[in-house]
Amino acid sequence: MAGTTIIPTRMVLNQLKGRLRTARRGHKLLKDKRDELMRQFMDVVRRNKVLRERVEDGLTEAFASLQVASSIMSPEMLEQALLYPRQSVELGMKFKNIMSVNVPVYSFTTKNNDPTEIYPYGFAQTSGELDDALENMAKVFEDMLELAEVEKTMQLLAEEIEKTRRRVNALEYVMIPDLESNIKYITMKLEENENATKVRLLKVKEMVLQQAHNYK
Amino acid sequence: MLKIAVIGGRDTVMGFKALGLDTFPASDSAEAGKILRRLTRESEEEYAIIYLEETFAAQIQGEIERFKDSPSPAIILIPGREGSTGMGRQALRAAVERAVGTNILGD
Repeated sequence: MAGTTIIPTRMVLNQLKGRLRTARRGHKLLKDKRDELMRQFMDVVRRNKVLRERVEDGLTEAFASLQVASSIMSPEMLEQALLYPRQSVELGMKFKNIMSVNVPVYSFTTKNNDPTEIYPYGFAQTSGELDDALENMAKVFEDMLELAEVEKTMQLLAEEIEKTRRRVNALEYVMIPDLESNIKYITMKLEENENATKVRLLKVKEMVLQQAHNYK
Repeated sequence: MLKIAVIGGRDTVMGFKALGLDTFPASDSAEAGKILRRLTRESEEEYAIIYLEETFAAQIQGEIERFKDSPSPAIILIPGREGSTGMGRQALRAAVERAVGTNILGD
């Protein structure tokens, strides 16, 4: 190839042939990896799309009900009611391996398992709308958690796919054609050398015969 | 144990507080950016998920991009009080474009 000098010998030829074999195998493997990653990625994207819509709708609803609550109650009261959460969330994170990409899997535990315990206030001084708002919030939160997991997975997979795609393309369009053209060059050079040797030998034979028998 | 943070306007954040999440009210994107930096640096991965209100995200895109390729924390955009601005969907489109090279979702 232009730029690099390759020595046209059989040893180099064998080396190049070995590298070409490896490159071809690597290319095939990476291509399979890319295809599988892509399949997984599309699943994740589809799930993400659904979840995002659900979360956005859910949140809009929750905010709307919170708005209603805040219009009924005074802002001070509202703030006071929500100031000290009775509930607390603890998040656990594990990693799952998808095609050698580590993606997070979240699990969360709430301190209070009783779902009615989400209200951090007494019912006497607050409006019922606030209860609804918090209930909506708690419902949408589960989707939000799943969304976080799915969205992060999606981003990490996208990065891995991009990397793999580059590698596949580099092998397919640069490495393999380069190696092939180098191998071709060496084979041709070797053939040329062989021909030259053959011609030289024929010539020498002719000359020797001529000397020995004095052919004219 | 890991925690979840919510950064957003005071009104947005209020509801999450009752759920037991750590909330960080911000008044503008600069403040939100500052909070985000603080949470991701000092806490040393204490926060695994950070929910960020969309309206603040546009100006601090750079901060968010930094964590795109690291497994933790996950920065997830959520719509604010005013409803969705489509930035969350934008993130989805960007990821698809990055992986496939073109937008194949058709929206």
